[in-house]
Amino acid sequence: MAVMEAVGLTKLFPGRRGFFGGGGGTVRAVDGVSFAIEGGQTLGVVGESGCGKTTTARLVLGLEKPTGGAIRFEGCDLQTLDAAGRRHYRKSVQAVFQDPYASLSPRMRISAIIAEPLVTNESPSAEELSRRVRQLLDLVGLPAHAADLFPHEFSGGQRQRIAIARALSLSPRLVVLDEPVSALDVSIRAQILNLLRDLQAELGLSYLFIAHDLAAVAHMSHTIVVMYLGKIVETGEAQELSRAPKHPYTQALFSAALPSHPDERRDEIILSGEVPSPLNPPSGCRFHPRCPRAMPVCGVEEPTLRDVEGHLVACHLYDMGAGGRGLGET
Amino acid sequence: MSNSIHSFASSEGKRPVAAISNRPLLELRNLSTNYISARGRRVVRAVDDVTLTINAGETLGIVGESGSGKSTLALTILRVLPPAAHIVGGQMMFEGEDLVQKSDAEMRRVRGKRIAMILQDPMASLNPLFTVGDQVAEPIRVHEGASRATAWRRAIGLLKAVRIASPETRVRQHPHEMSGGMRQRIVGAIAMSCEPRLLIADEPTTSLDLTIQAQYLNLLRELQREHGLALIFITHNLGIVAKMCDQLAVMYAGRVVESGPVSRIFNAPAHPYTEALLNSIPRMGDNRERLTAIEGQPPNLASLPPGCAFAPRCPVAFDRCRAEAPPAMDLGAGRTARCWLAVPAAAEAGLQDGAV
Repeated sequence: MAVMEAVGLTKLFPGRRGFFGGGGGTVRAVDGVSFAIEGGQTLGVVGESGCGKTTTARLVLGLEKPTGGAIRFEGCDLQTLDAAGRRHYRKSVQAVFQDPYASLSPRMRISAIIAEPLVTNESPSAEELSRRVRQLLDLVGLPAHAADLFPHEFSGGQRQRIAIARALSLSPRLVVLDEPVSALDVSIRAQILNLLRDLQAELGLSYLFIAHDLAAVAHMSHTIVVMYLGKIVETGEAQELSRAPKHPYTQALFSAALPSHPDERRDEIILSGEVPSPLNPPSGCRFHPRCPRAMPVCGVEEPTLRDVEGHLVACHLYDMGAGGRGLGET
Repeated sequence: MSNSIHSFASSEGKRPVAAISNRPLLELRNLSTNYISARGRRVVRAVDDVTLTINAGETLGIVGESGSGKSTLALTILRVLPPAAHIVGGQMMFEGEDLVQKSDAEMRRVRGKRIAMILQDPMASLNPLFTVGDQVAEPIRVHEGASRATAWRRAIGLLKAVRIASPETRVRQHPHEMSGGMRQRIVGAIAMSCEPRLLIADEPTTSLDLTIQAQYLNLLRELQREHGLALIFITHNLGIVAKMCDQLAVMYAGRVVESGPVSRIFNAPAHPYTEALLNSIPRMGDNRERLTAIEGQPPNLASLPPGCAFAPRCPVAFDRCRAEAPPAMDLGAGRTARCWLAVPAAAEAGLQDGAV
């Protein structure tokens, strides 16, 4: 059974009003998004700024209330949980953020940082607490004496290990990883990605992995969700999706990913223009003004997700017989 | 504009049209820049004995982690170092003149005119109080003494050249009215305004989205082709190097540990650090369960180990590495590496000296 499921998840933000109260409007930050995260698996979310991936993460963490749709955790709708259920949920879903220089308090010792969730949630004895802290430090590959030090005594990679230890202190089932390696040095990233995979195998964790480095997402994820302006445009098995993307946006995104070797030849699709404002998204398919393969129908009718060779793709190119053939080869 | 803009991958495709003389455009010889504390007690060698050349029309990638000295090297070339930093040795031969010996007034005539720079964050390099047109026209008025009207007309042309739609309207707008990708293109227009010979780009696309990054990199390549520009790319991203560069210099702890043509280095890295770096990045389409991580932490420049700075993290380090820093060894074919194992003969000598 899926650990977490989002069904038609929607989050609207009121737009900023003008000086005389005009303007306004609504930002459809996340618009009817559905996905499932299986136990022990990683769901990768990719997309450019404004696509709604961070809002999705905040909804999953319970930091925002959805405007519509539902999040189901272990089969229960979050909205209907009682106080005890919500406490259980908050313990079971933890987060690791991008910048370990901002996410650790400089005035707390590492032991206090890692123990804080335990103290607030379980109030264990002092002995039990220090035993758990040692255990967690060992789990993320830090020496036991690290407990007595302050964050400034650690490098970026070590700090991210501390942030991971804190996230694991309550034995969560799901960890939201929002760009966990992009603030780290290149030579350190592989260490942290390996650590995250080892922990997943050892503890059966599920991850919601958000990153802009497509190769890293493809490496870490079992399933990938591609978002554009608050909508899912394509989702599918990670290796398969990165090998043969179907949606024109996914194709452009993956073709824009940087090569790993200078001799690597790739057909480059350069999109014109930029991501439009989510305050006033284009009609029909939200990608159609930038789409190299747009058709008249794209500006009118919004495509829905449909099964195309094992992926779910929201694109009119795959409507019955409408020129979907041959797209895979381009 | 050339018709081969989209077929960039091969190194032949990248060859410049405009390389004329056989003298390199910029030649750094044993360049060293130190940060020296107020009383001179503490010295950090941010750039240590760097020797590099770049020819007209060529693209040189400088890769390194934070603290490897790559940004200090860029600031050294432009002579815009912070007060604590001093060039303590070496030469920078640019079009036959040594930039190290130039006076501040002479450097002001080089900066923005013959050498331009693009920084990471376009919002920090643009002035929010002035229109885009004012800022693009400024270097033209300062360096070429053009009239306000002429400079303004040229500014509109430059906005067009960096593919900004409706430049006549945009030129009167302020930076906050534009998106991140547009702002970075404005910075590009300012850099190109006096037709520099050399453009230094320090992480120019880090703040941009993926599809916007692709647009911007293509724009830089087109500008380079049109003007026979030499480009120095400072980045931590090996993907940008693979896509954009002809030559590569890998920096570690202030030193260039390996340099040479990009495809040769990617195919057969000579320095263990380069090799480890190339192996540690996830690649599209490979199913490795684990990445090959580099153990340990990046070095602290204030307390470097004796010998090779990479030795504590190096899988093939031996006694000599920990005692004696390897010099830059010439490997032929334009390649150098600072590693005792890079040259077979040197490696043998090393093995006789100590244990494996």
